[in-house]
Amino acid sequence: MSAQGTTRNDICLRCPRGCEVITVLDDKGAILDISGNQCKLGIEYVKQEINNPRRVLPTLVRVAGGMRPMVPVWTPEPVPKGLLLDLAATTRSIEVDAPVSVGDVVLDDWRGLGIQLVASGAVARRAGAEVRHSNGGE
Amino acid sequence: MPTQSHYDVVIIGAGVVGSMIARELSRYRLAVAVVDKESDVGAGSSSSNSAIIHSGHDPYPGTAKARLNVRGNALWRTVAEELDVPLRSTGALVVAREGQESALEELLHRAHANGVTDAAILEADEVRAREPRIRPDTVGALWTPSAMVVDPFQGVLGPAENAAANGVAFLFEHEFTGALIERGRVAGIDTGNGPIRAQWVVNAAGVFADDVMHLFGVHPEFAITARRGEYFVFDPTRFTVDNVIFPMPDELGKGILVTTTTHGNSIIGPNSEEVDDKEDQSVTEAGMLQILAGAQRLVPSVSASDLIAAFAGLRATGNYKPDGRHRDFLIERSDEVPGLINVAGIESPGYASSPAIAELVVKLLAEGGLSLEEKESWDGRRARPARFAALSHEERAARVAEDPAYGRIVCRCENVTEAEIVEAIHRPIPARTYDAIKRRTWLGTGRCQGGFDYPRTMEILSRELGIPMEEVTKKGPGSEFLYRRTKEAV
Amino acid sequence: MRVNGDYDVAVIGGGPAGMAAAIAAAREGARVLILERNDQLGGILPQCIHNGFGAINFGRDLPGPEYAYRYEQKVRALPVEIKLNTMVLDVTGGRDVFAINDDEGYLHFKPKSIVMAMGCRERTRAQIRLPGTRAAGIFTAGTVQRLVNIEGYMPGRRVVVLGSGDIGMIMARRLTIEGATVLSVLELMPHLTGLRRNYVQCLQDYDIPLHLSTTVKKIKGKRRVEGIETIQVDERFRPIAGTERSIDCDTLVLSVGLIPENELSSQAGVVLDDHTRGPRIDSSMATSVPGIFAAGNVTGIYDLVDYVSIAGTAAGANAAAYARGTAPEKRRRRVRLVPGSNVGSILPQEIEIGDDDSRPTIMLRPNATIDVSVRLRFTADDETVTEFRERYARPSEMIVKTLSARHLDQLRGDKNEEYQVEIV
Repeated sequence: MSAQGTTRNDICLRCPRGCEVITVLDDKGAILDISGNQCKLGIEYVKQEINNPRRVLPTLVRVAGGMRPMVPVWTPEPVPKGLLLDLAATTRSIEVDAPVSVGDVVLDDWRGLGIQLVASGAVARRAGAEVRHSNGGE
Repeated sequence: MPTQSHYDVVIIGAGVVGSMIARELSRYRLAVAVVDKESDVGAGSSSSNSAIIHSGHDPYPGTAKARLNVRGNALWRTVAEELDVPLRSTGALVVAREGQESALEELLHRAHANGVTDAAILEADEVRAREPRIRPDTVGALWTPSAMVVDPFQGVLGPAENAAANGVAFLFEHEFTGALIERGRVAGIDTGNGPIRAQWVVNAAGVFADDVMHLFGVHPEFAITARRGEYFVFDPTRFTVDNVIFPMPDELGKGILVTTTTHGNSIIGPNSEEVDDKEDQSVTEAGMLQILAGAQRLVPSVSASDLIAAFAGLRATGNYKPDGRHRDFLIERSDEVPGLINVAGIESPGYASSPAIAELVVKLLAEGGLSLEEKESWDGRRARPARFAALSHEERAARVAEDPAYGRIVCRCENVTEAEIVEAIHRPIPARTYDAIKRRTWLGTGRCQGGFDYPRTMEILSRELGIPMEEVTKKGPGSEFLYRRTKEAV
Repeated sequence: MRVNGDYDVAVIGGGPAGMAAAIAAAREGARVLILERNDQLGGILPQCIHNGFGAINFGRDLPGPEYAYRYEQKVRALPVEIKLNTMVLDVTGGRDVFAINDDEGYLHFKPKSIVMAMGCRERTRAQIRLPGTRAAGIFTAGTVQRLVNIEGYMPGRRVVVLGSGDIGMIMARRLTIEGATVLSVLELMPHLTGLRRNYVQCLQDYDIPLHLSTTVKKIKGKRRVEGIETIQVDERFRPIAGTERSIDCDTLVLSVGLIPENELSSQAGVVLDDHTRGPRIDSSMATSVPGIFAAGNVTGIYDLVDYVSIAGTAAGANAAAYARGTAPEKRRRRVRLVPGSNVGSILPQEIEIGDDDSRPTIMLRPNATIDVSVRLRFTADDETVTEFRERYARPSEMIVKTLSARHLDQLRGDKNEEYQVEIV
């Protein structure tokens, strides 16, 4: 605790190095000093973490007519922390048709927030599987 | 499997004793059923023990234990050959330290009194020559060449499968709940799945044999205490011994031993702890430390870092002491309730004695009036499926050329194939749970202890049994692995 | 059985190490075969659906499946023979490889060189001597990961995780995201064993409590887990009576460490290292058996997949050179490295310090936490020959260092054949 304000410690999540970043804030919450980071990602991270913490969500969605029952998906852009479990619940009602390719968008602009769920794996079509609807991301 | 509403004989308990009795009875024109509350044979004490066919040197002379053990040891050689049960003649060493020389002499006299005529005392250097890892201050040992090690599960499955092939019905997940007695005589049993009528009931219920007796209204004074014994299994690439090694016995039993199974893994154990819950097969921190220490007293190089599994079994220790001093098996045709045969208090050397116990039970039934007419069709031989991992390169190539399922390796440590699993599911005694497959194929018993094979094995069980994945169990109802799909609404 | 001698390099295992090795070997012009037991390439990566992969090799934070996919695309663009669903059963020191699949049956290869890339397996309950029953509901974290992420089934409703390793924490988060209740993560050690970032994003973010210096005293339930009893331990890991606590749960997930998978290496006569429990290797990833190379988790447990791929690349290139007969003779000076104080293990165990331009990279696994600036010293007979600086040492993170010209000069100027590498 400094005379001017408060300090906070964060573990930067931007890479596996996990730097412990120390931030000094004044009484109004303005950043006075950032230290402990090994690269500029650390500065970006704490700024975000102080204003609007966001996280990547890894999960799955069901696949119809695929060689596998599900495909892994993620949010390449981090999502506001408070919405993670809501978004996870939403994925329970999503089903996409095979084939699914890496990079396919399976959910776009969720709740008008610009949040995307993107396939991180591929699922081939099972021979003879029926087509029901087209994938949203294509 | 033939089922009917009326049997000549119903056997309660599909352990080694029940299965041996069933096989003996399958020789005759009789309707026989074996009931067990579990989903498989050998789910209790029979498959969780030291897996040794003792020579018979240890029981007190004159007891049923002494007589049946020595006879059982001799019978096992034939039975194992007929039923393709892995059995290895190893002999056993009971090693003595300084100060135990006279006890060793006493043990030799006891062995001779029991008819174990080839028992002999070895000098320290002879002991060391047989087992170089033995503790250096060993002064000598009792050597009993007739002791053998057996595959404890195959020793139950062999007679059970042979009995089933010869017409005995095995009714699993049928829990004994009560006696049917009519006009003072056995009329059958009640089970959780309804009554089963029978002329004769053989109580071979292991740790629960006292409860069965009491429900038939006999021997209220008889009680079984479950004595838990814990064991460790070693990675065979890290540690093995060449011999079956016992310490000098004490009043609790034959002590913590070191042995190598027919499968090649060394095991150590058991300790001895009375437990209130007769199904408490849990391993404890204290017990594990105790058996490690006990084993290190025999073989100092035993190391905790080489072990791959721990298990515990329960001994059915009864309070029947016909001479007032020595605990013995209680095997009888009941005078109070005609039609009831009790086979109770079958702790060690029960496994070794089991073929002789079966012989005795058939004799008791015949003397009690059961008519034994031999079947012409009886075939006393049973063959175990070949283990893929044990085959030569050429044999493996031939197998997979015939059946592609041999090309799908489900268990990477023990190299168990899908073909072997599918066969186990469809044998005369079907494997319907994960543990049942594990006991038959050695799947999941290696270094990774099932980490790799779980999902594949569940899928095969689900497919072959026609049940959803969520209904696949480890050891019967209530032991399901999975409860819903990942992406189902919660 | 026909002996197939068509291949220069056989790669056993199609995970990150194996794929990188195959790519490197094929780029050197070798005829390459990958033998993979799974139905897809990628090893464990397809089930690691969380992000955290690729920072070094792609400059991006990718999920596991996508990291694997990028390598798979490279493999498939090269003339590499890939045999999926194929289990290698035996490898001999003479480089006979016996494998099986359900399509072609029993296979016998005789490649000119081999890359062992079998990865690792999880430690199990016996290795930590976990007391209790053998009820259903006790799973290793990797098995749960496969069940949930690949097979698509949840193994329980109320979960306790034993072990604060990365996979344990990641599965605590995954199970929470998929609707299970993760009640607690227990850790025997007085500190976290996984990465701190995973503590933040997997446990803190989802309000999952971490209990340090705590272990499982008892597992309840005969058929399915019905609960556990936890107990705290003192600094020497002895249980403290009176600190028992009951937790109602139906699942216990074990995240208690990984062990290199070296059954095949042992069969082939490859010498293993006591510290890593993987093959002893040199800077070219060569094992003690000529023509057999090893890379990735099979040689010791890595913290980042990016380094596994880098090791695979080196192994593949060197295996190709060996197969072609152009491998440099091992006549340059070599020195052995052994772990000194605060060092759990070192890879490789032997480096070349010849006077060419090559710069060996070493990877150390600290076995102590030192949160202040440390020095990494090469010593012989208690004399420091050369040293590096490092900001801290933590068991969860490997220290990766490429030797500079100055370090090599200092080693060349010394005459020892073996150095202790220590962290002070």
